[in-house]
Amino acid sequence: MSHHIVELKNLTYVYPDGTTGICDASVRITHGESVAIIGPNGAGKSTLLLHLNGFLWPSSGSVRIGDAPLTKETIRDVRRTVGMVFQDPDDQLFMPTIHDDVAFGPYNLGLPNEEVEERVNSALSRMGIMHLKDKPPYRLSAGEKRRAAIATVLSMMPDILVMDEPSTGLDPFGRRQLIGILKEFTHTKIIATHDLDLVADLCERAIIIHDGRIKADGPTADIFRDEALLHECGLEKPFSMQSCPICSPVPKP
Amino acid sequence: MHMADALISPAVGGAMWAVSAGLIGYCSKKVKEDLDERKVPLMGVMGAFIFAAQMINFTIPATGSSGHLGGGLILAILLGPYAAFLVISSVLVVQALFFADGGLLALGCNIFNLGFFPAFVAYPLIYKKIVKDSASPGRILTGSLLAAIIGLQLGAFGVVLETLCSGITSLPFTTFVALMQPIHLGIGIVEGLVTAAVVSFVWKANPEILDLKASTAPSPIMHARQVAIVLLVAAAFTGGFVSWFASEHPDGLEWAIEKVTGKEELENAYNIQDALAQLQEKSAFLPDYSLKVSEAAAAQPGQDQDPRLGTSVSGIVGGFFTLCLAVLVGFALKKRSAGSW
Amino acid sequence: MADIARSFNDLNFLDHLSTGNSFLHRLDPRVKLLTVMGFIFAVVSFPRYEISSLLPFFFFPAVMIPLANIPVRYLMRKYLFLLPFAVLIGIFNPIFDREPFAFIGPLAVSGGMISFLSILIRFTLTILAAFILVAVTGFNGICLALKRFKVPEVFCVQLMMLYRYIFVLSSEAVKMARARELRSFGRKGQGIKPYVSLIGHLLLRTWDRARRVHTAMLSRGFHGKFYMRRPLALKASDVIFCLAWLFLFIVFRLYDIPAVIGEILTGAVA
Repeated sequence: MSHHIVELKNLTYVYPDGTTGICDASVRITHGESVAIIGPNGAGKSTLLLHLNGFLWPSSGSVRIGDAPLTKETIRDVRRTVGMVFQDPDDQLFMPTIHDDVAFGPYNLGLPNEEVEERVNSALSRMGIMHLKDKPPYRLSAGEKRRAAIATVLSMMPDILVMDEPSTGLDPFGRRQLIGILKEFTHTKIIATHDLDLVADLCERAIIIHDGRIKADGPTADIFRDEALLHECGLEKPFSMQSCPICSPVPKP
Repeated sequence: MHMADALISPAVGGAMWAVSAGLIGYCSKKVKEDLDERKVPLMGVMGAFIFAAQMINFTIPATGSSGHLGGGLILAILLGPYAAFLVISSVLVVQALFFADGGLLALGCNIFNLGFFPAFVAYPLIYKKIVKDSASPGRILTGSLLAAIIGLQLGAFGVVLETLCSGITSLPFTTFVALMQPIHLGIGIVEGLVTAAVVSFVWKANPEILDLKASTAPSPIMHARQVAIVLLVAAAFTGGFVSWFASEHPDGLEWAIEKVTGKEELENAYNIQDALAQLQEKSAFLPDYSLKVSEAAAAQPGQDQDPRLGTSVSGIVGGFFTLCLAVLVGFALKKRSAGSW
Repeated sequence: MADIARSFNDLNFLDHLSTGNSFLHRLDPRVKLLTVMGFIFAVVSFPRYEISSLLPFFFFPAVMIPLANIPVRYLMRKYLFLLPFAVLIGIFNPIFDREPFAFIGPLAVSGGMISFLSILIRFTLTILAAFILVAVTGFNGICLALKRFKVPEVFCVQLMMLYRYIFVLSSEAVKMARARELRSFGRKGQGIKPYVSLIGHLLLRTWDRARRVHTAMLSRGFHGKFYMRRPLALKASDVIFCLAWLFLFIVFRLYDIPAVIGEILTGAVA
């Protein structure tokens, strides 16, 4: 299934003001992988994601989604293939009701009414928010908004799901629910986050970005064991992997 | 100041609705024609911004009173006249519906007074001429100040004309003008200062924002002549409507219905009253309270005399009865719906 | 500060009312808009010195408010808040129009008093009508009706987005105003300088927000057209509702019903 490949080759992005956002990044993600892009605030995670959908164009290097490189001609197809869930659901839910929001993408794909309805219903029921269909977005809780935002992308049936900080603003219960739902997806998933516990639960592969450079790329478990690396990149071991200071015995010096 | 439904006549309200609707149609067409779709979300979100900003007050120095941003001018500066006009109209629609600021029929007047003048007069003919393409804090200040003052003076004068044409208030023209214009001079100065300060703030923080408009809307500005034409149309429309409704047919709606049904409805009214005369005699419980028209008023030939006032005591009794009935109906329905829920 | 939180709650509550599920809520938004416009048109079409003929129009709010389950207490609060404004715009009439117009027993009533009272009644009726319209239709319903009445799409869509983002930006503004309040003591800190920086920051954030929203729209294939399938079909009940009220308004407009009732009750001869 080569057409679900995401490939960045020597990607460098320089902001209009001259500062470097991404420096010489090369990544290859294949079908069905679940990959975390981790790094502290301002490391360049969001900048990297914006390249996957053609909102930013590399200063040098190339982006390839599927078979074709990302160009102005292929951008429409790429945006259909790559579903992007942004950090703030309030930016993603701009229509009067959740139904209209979830239907927005399918309508833009030019689908007939019946199929749009079908897709809306299936996306809403997958996210478990069928009952919110006719509600306006501002009446939803943070967790519901997050799920609705994901539904707006699912209804377009993307092959690759890209999420920017999906767990921010969620309470522990909402977060747990979200992880459960995301686990069931067989899509290629690319998740940018600094919630390392979420990564430990969801992603088998992790890429660390620090100051716009890729510092590490490998199996999540290996990366999380490398405390020196985590420390260097301003990250902390996920709580689930730290030993409990109260109940675990204090190591003898 | 917003016009209120209570002060407006259907002729003025309807005419200004027509003018404002025309302008909305024209601006929508322009916005659709000459810009990227990016402006639609920008317009919506900026409208919400103005709405939120209007809820925040500040203390006006040396007066102790508080003011807030009007927003018409700043929208024109940031979005250009066409988009700005639509956004101002939208903010007014929300205010009319949710806060009864103005009213639904007066909406046409308010859109014209608070939207047309800042977007199509104050911004292009004053601010733009002063600031040109080389923004500097000094120019922004002079431009905003003058534009805000002139825009608000025109708007206030619009309120005066529309209110007087409606004929519900008894304020004489000179008093009304002497009242409105100085108040709005003050408001204009404050609006101008705040607009200048916010624009300068934005200009320093992110000059791109002020450029965006210049690059996307290649000076689609109305010329002074076009502005004059719109004003003339508005005046002609209102004047025409008013004289058609008011002078020739003293009671517009009745006249219209009479035309449609081909009947003299006033006669009908008395027929019904005649038919009820028998019932009247039997059910009267306040028989001798008939009422007198004020002789002084009757002697005044120029006085606007409504024959129905000749029945004022029975009018008061009947009116009271009607109100009681309305309240009773309300309570009965309340009970019923409370029971069924 | 109390002000901004109050306005926001107020809007929130009215929006909440519009999610009700009464018979009135289920009517087609178009007929509700038409009916209310007809009502306002009829009310304001009376001449300056009219009072008694206006009173039957109170039947409209009296019927609609309980049917729509609108809390009377809430409406009263909103109304009383606006009343000073009505008094302000009407108070000039008794001052400038002092001609005696009618006598009630020995009391002379000036034309100004009559028209002042008339303004207050118009004011009450028209604002009640506007609140009733929103409470049973909701803002988006009104936008849909406008769209169906051929109002340009650009206007309708940005109107809906405006409404959507009022809820986001107002809560941002409430937070910022609260932060300002907490750090300003008395009048200090409420002046123009902090105000400008507050508004300026809000504006910059808004601008960023607009950019992000647009990005989110593009990533879902937006190319300038808004689709919103909201089948609106007029039912018999819609038509009957509208026609019945409009008929009543015309009757109320043409016949001075309280005068007729009054004459019956007092036995005065017309």
